[in-house]
Amino acid sequence: MTRDKGLEKVILLGSGALKIGEAGEFDYSGSQAAKALKEEKIQVILVNPNVATIQTSPDFVDKIYFLPVTPDFVERIIAKEKPDGIMLGFGGQTALNCGLELHKRNIFKKYNLKVLGTPISAINKTEDRLLFRNTIQNLGLRVPKSVLCKSLKEVEKIRERITYPVIIRAGFSLGGLGSGLARNYKDLILLSSNALSLTPQILIEEYLEHWKEIEYEVVRDKDDNVLTVCNMENFDPMGIHTGESIVVAPSQTLTNSEYHDLRSIAIKVIKSLPIIGECNIQYALNPKNGDYRIIEVNARLSRSSALASKATGYPLAYIAAKLALGYRLSEIRNKVTKATNAFFEPALDYVVIKIPRWEFLKFKGTEGRLGSEMQSVGEVMAIGRTFEEAFQKAIRSLDIEYEGIISEELEADTNKRTEIEFKNMDPTPSRPYNIAYNLYFGQPPERIYKETGIDFWFLERIQKIVSVYKQLVNESKNGRVKKESLLKAKKSGFSDIQIGKIFNMSHSQVRKLRKKYGIIPKICQIDTLAGEFPAKTNYLYLSYHRDTNDILRGTDKQVGIIGGGPYQIGSSVEFDWCAVNAVLTSKKLGYKPIMINCNPETVSTDYDISSKLYFEELTSERILDIVDFEKCPLILSVGGQIPNTLALALNKEKIRFLGNQPDTIDKVENREKFSALLDKLNIAQPIWRRLTNKNEAVQFSEDIGYPVLIRPSYVLSGKAMYVAYTNEMLEEYFERFSAIINPVYPIVISKFIRGAKEVDYDGVAQNGKIVVYAISEHIEHAGVHSGDASLVLPTFSLSAPAIEEMRLTSKKIAKALSINGPFNIQYLVSDHDDRNFRVLVIEANLRASRSFPFVSKVLGINFIQLATKVLLGRKVKQEKFRTLPFYGIKVPHFSFTRLRQVDPILRVEMASTGEVACFGKDIYEAYLKSILSTGFSYPDKSALLSLGGTEGKERLLSAVKNLNKMGFYLYATKKTSEFLKIHGISSTFVYKVHERKKPNVVDLIVQKKVHLVINLSDKNDIGEDISKEVTDGYLIRRASVDSNIPLFTKATIANVFVTALAKYSIGKLSIKSWDEYISSIKY
Amino acid sequence: MGKKGYLVLENGKIFEGISFGYKKEVSGEVVFNTGMVGYPESLTDPSYYGQILTFTYPLIGNYGVPPLTHKNNIFDYIESDKIQIRALIVSSYIANNSHWQSKEYFSSWLVSQKVPALDGIDTRTLTKILRTTGVMKGILTFNKPQNNEGLNFYDINKENLAPYVSCKKKMTYGNGKNRILFIDCGVKYNQIKELLKYDTTIIRVPWNYDPFRVLSNLDFDAVFISNGPGDPRNMPETVDTIKEAIKREIPIFGICLGHQLLSLAAGGEIFKLKYGHRGQNQPVVNQIDHKCYITSQNHGFAVSNEHIPPGWFNWFTNLNDDTNEGLHHKILPIFSVQFHPEAAPGPTDTDWLFKYFISKI
Repeated sequence: MTRDKGLEKVILLGSGALKIGEAGEFDYSGSQAAKALKEEKIQVILVNPNVATIQTSPDFVDKIYFLPVTPDFVERIIAKEKPDGIMLGFGGQTALNCGLELHKRNIFKKYNLKVLGTPISAINKTEDRLLFRNTIQNLGLRVPKSVLCKSLKEVEKIRERITYPVIIRAGFSLGGLGSGLARNYKDLILLSSNALSLTPQILIEEYLEHWKEIEYEVVRDKDDNVLTVCNMENFDPMGIHTGESIVVAPSQTLTNSEYHDLRSIAIKVIKSLPIIGECNIQYALNPKNGDYRIIEVNARLSRSSALASKATGYPLAYIAAKLALGYRLSEIRNKVTKATNAFFEPALDYVVIKIPRWEFLKFKGTEGRLGSEMQSVGEVMAIGRTFEEAFQKAIRSLDIEYEGIISEELEADTNKRTEIEFKNMDPTPSRPYNIAYNLYFGQPPERIYKETGIDFWFLERIQKIVSVYKQLVNESKNGRVKKESLLKAKKSGFSDIQIGKIFNMSHSQVRKLRKKYGIIPKICQIDTLAGEFPAKTNYLYLSYHRDTNDILRGTDKQVGIIGGGPYQIGSSVEFDWCAVNAVLTSKKLGYKPIMINCNPETVSTDYDISSKLYFEELTSERILDIVDFEKCPLILSVGGQIPNTLALALNKEKIRFLGNQPDTIDKVENREKFSALLDKLNIAQPIWRRLTNKNEAVQFSEDIGYPVLIRPSYVLSGKAMYVAYTNEMLEEYFERFSAIINPVYPIVISKFIRGAKEVDYDGVAQNGKIVVYAISEHIEHAGVHSGDASLVLPTFSLSAPAIEEMRLTSKKIAKALSINGPFNIQYLVSDHDDRNFRVLVIEANLRASRSFPFVSKVLGINFIQLATKVLLGRKVKQEKFRTLPFYGIKVPHFSFTRLRQVDPILRVEMASTGEVACFGKDIYEAYLKSILSTGFSYPDKSALLSLGGTEGKERLLSAVKNLNKMGFYLYATKKTSEFLKIHGISSTFVYKVHERKKPNVVDLIVQKKVHLVINLSDKNDIGEDISKEVTDGYLIRRASVDSNIPLFTKATIANVFVTALAKYSIGKLSIKSWDEYISSIKY
Repeated sequence: MGKKGYLVLENGKIFEGISFGYKKEVSGEVVFNTGMVGYPESLTDPSYYGQILTFTYPLIGNYGVPPLTHKNNIFDYIESDKIQIRALIVSSYIANNSHWQSKEYFSSWLVSQKVPALDGIDTRTLTKILRTTGVMKGILTFNKPQNNEGLNFYDINKENLAPYVSCKKKMTYGNGKNRILFIDCGVKYNQIKELLKYDTTIIRVPWNYDPFRVLSNLDFDAVFISNGPGDPRNMPETVDTIKEAIKREIPIFGICLGHQLLSLAAGGEIFKLKYGHRGQNQPVVNQIDHKCYITSQNHGFAVSNEHIPPGWFNWFTNLNDDTNEGLHHKILPIFSVQFHPEAAPGPTDTDWLFKYFISKI
């Protein structure tokens, strides 16, 4: 073996918080790289502030720095650790950009640090658009025709030469940020100026309308051995970002010469750069003549490479890390067959489909239109033996309200006598369902192709599903379903629920009938070589296109663990951390864990982690199929809300549940039952009532007094939560959401307590006795969703009696429910002084919560390890309480830049896409490090203040004085400015936009004259959310986000931030690793 | 819905599927191919003559059938004049005719060429049977069989298959400087196309043509031996011709069956692989410079690495199972490879071998 000598300590850069365009896939690739390094006994130093990741665990790396992945911090870590090498390719664009900047600053030379893998020169060739074009054209290969512009003036200059439509692309950006399609001159100028505010150069490029989009994943070793691991084809043609597109692997519509010509080009390009490790190359392919263009090369692990790894079983990140260490491909083993080596191209004998998951409903106000920018927050992958089977499986995996490609709307309209109106074919998340709808009602595929450019091959597959559906509907008129039809339906990917609906049967009746007929899905193994060599790993999926199972039932101690499903707002990498830790712990206890999950961006779906991996949809039907075969008990409390809900759905089935039984879970999930329990235990809760009628709602709200919090039924998964301050606001809410408020889906109204502190209690209990717990305090007051709040551990402002009361209350609840396993309780605390306080329970969950990785890492106690021991029936000793000599703070990361019309303000509904956590000796140090980790830059000395309401102004007064003292140049809107003057603080007055005078606030922000914006809204401003008016507050917030200027919208955190600035300059923030903090704990 | 059809294996295992090809009973050797694209090329590859082919990739027919056009008797998009396989077995037949190159549905091509085909077969289970017990004889029938008794399984390995696929008379292509005697044992057209990219004249002759007999009077600078079906040990005439060429120190390049024939002529040995190499992802390593290549392959027999004749060396090795993938004379420009540098279907990473050959003439 020939790895490079002299590498003992390597620094690995992570990607920070999960955000749109940079999500869990980099936890997966970083973890794999860490695994590859550890096998070589290389010490791994990881920089990643994302506390919820698996890679930030001592199981994976030797040392962790929860610090910003920015040149300043990384340089200081390098100076301290003196590593031999650095890896830039495993932490997405964040790590790559940081690496390029370090290189520019000559840091690698200064510290004699070797950049492992692809050299910087090659990265530059792929990142700089002009350099890239030249490189490709010099090889005699084709790129889209385009012009580079560095200013609006240059754009103007070429306006005559442009044939529309054209695409505007911003260099050096993640997920196509700042890109867009211009069909005319007006669009061109608008998009160009936006993009130029983000990057120094843009590309105006020929728009390859309706060309196919194809990607290849390529690996190369230092000896110039190259191969392509996988190719993928986008369902949606060019114009829709590949992260926004449904993707199929392998390509379906390419001939041998198209497939292999593009493959050869990929190899030619990669050799010329040259890459050492992994990269991805994207093509456009003309569907009319096979002409091609090379769109881009990503010289790093990417979302696509994570997908390709999962799609093929070829561990790209692991291999890339080994290649970066100097190995040749033929020296690395094939981890699946364990008989062959890594120099081979996987042959698939199945079809893989990825579908992105969007959250347009959560981000009210955004239009759900897909384009060249990424907006999706997660994705699912499904595997089948036909496109139809995999596609419908993937749709169910999304955890949205679709049972398959046949929408409820189509189901409802099948019996409609009146004329059907075809759905429009705009690129939205619902387009595939609309295509099915239109095909069902006879719209010719040619018409759909013309409008969408989606290849006929894909339209024919949907047509096939539709025709099976039609056949079933017809058959249902004559009574029962025939055996052949049932088999056909299952082979086409229909669920028992869907079939039941057609034949007026319950899904369990369908299941029973199926089993009677022997229609049972078979277990299939992914072996990377299409059966040519036996696989030694258990990477599995289920299919109805098989006669036999590929594996035998496990006989050892098996335990099934349900993962978290697709990443979405409110359920993300933190649950993967929980699921993976449950797997690792059960392994250590001698069990053979079986992981079931459907998210390709996770570590839990790495077939190396569990003993068996079922890459499958998280539906009760599929869980039952797997349990029928494996006969294993299930853990449902470590994967977030999806498994928790499954527990309720599986309640009546013959399944062994480890930990809390579904009946107990129901006692907490069901609001009435839980409320009754709290009353019985004499525990206080906010007054609430379930209502369906507007007048009752107004009456009740007046009785308890405004403001009130409105929550729709949990059936709608917490969407459309809202705070009403007045009767009018409440009435408006009813008008807007009348369609979703009815006796089946009532709303819950509760008293909204202003200024109350919110507290998260995370714990693990065994037989009702608390084993370990953590109490974290939110910096923001109630009214900000707990997922969007900044969490502090230990608490920083709560009174001792309030803490004691929460401790006792939690104990009581745990005992009353005899809780076994992880749980979380949320409290509201009003404690003005030690004697005068109130503690209210808002809600509880009998499962691991979002904050489990955070509290585990701050306390240095792995809560999931303990919980898993409890779930598996091991006696667990109570953990001693730990007094921390430091603070840990978890702050949210928002992806507002990507969501063009969203109001970037914190509210009761969650909006953040990820989180980071840092440590400090006080909350200010910890907070400053954390907020800098989310992409905020340490501000230069100028700030804009726009403080709504008297209360807001007063709450921020001391902070403003502080800014003033620090020498900040202050700009303020009218009333704020007047208010400051009264208090002896001078500020420059600026107009609001609606005052229609210059200079206005937005100009100031866009021209980057301010480096910090504090905008506190009064209630009228928040009302915009519902009335859809564009307020000044909205314009200020939006401009700040779009110009990448730190924005604060809550007085609580603004105060903490300003104090932090006063106390800490950037150089004063300590560079301490996680273990340095943990070892300082005394207990 | 199509008619039901059955695949009966020699060991008694019966698969039921739906016909999407021609309806007639056939017998042949059942083999699997792991390529994910290139079914028109594979089906017309004469090396599959006498075989019932199954693809491990489950969706076949995705881009219809390319134009069956030809220039100078060489087809543009397929590898010989017709479909060569006995029958086809797939998991799902996809009826599509929307690809810009497609001229007809795959199914109608199979019917017009009288080739039976079944879909709806669990091809992974079939593949696993072939992998564990080795390739075996099979019958595709439309009469529901009870078991394998009384069925007449045809053994392709006993017979010399070259006469079925080789050309019948001498043909010449090109008018270049390098005159290549091209021994056609069942050639894939792309081999001829690759050689014609250089300054060559290709003299294509039947498998048993003797260029050295007095009356032949043929003038050539090098010999090329093509791929083809069956056991090379059934072709002593061709082996004798190659022996003579070696003796005369003429540059020789052999591919696939051509590689096996050259090895026999050089004194090597041949054995039958359990389930062969058929696919587009076979990794090989060049023993001279240790460079690795992904290759396209289609062979059931292999050259024994234990019996490399003196004066020759093992040129390429398969990285999966260490079998022989190439032979090279230690001094003379005489060499051959087991894999298919002409690809079609498959990766083109080793097309440099044609250039190498021409440079040695």
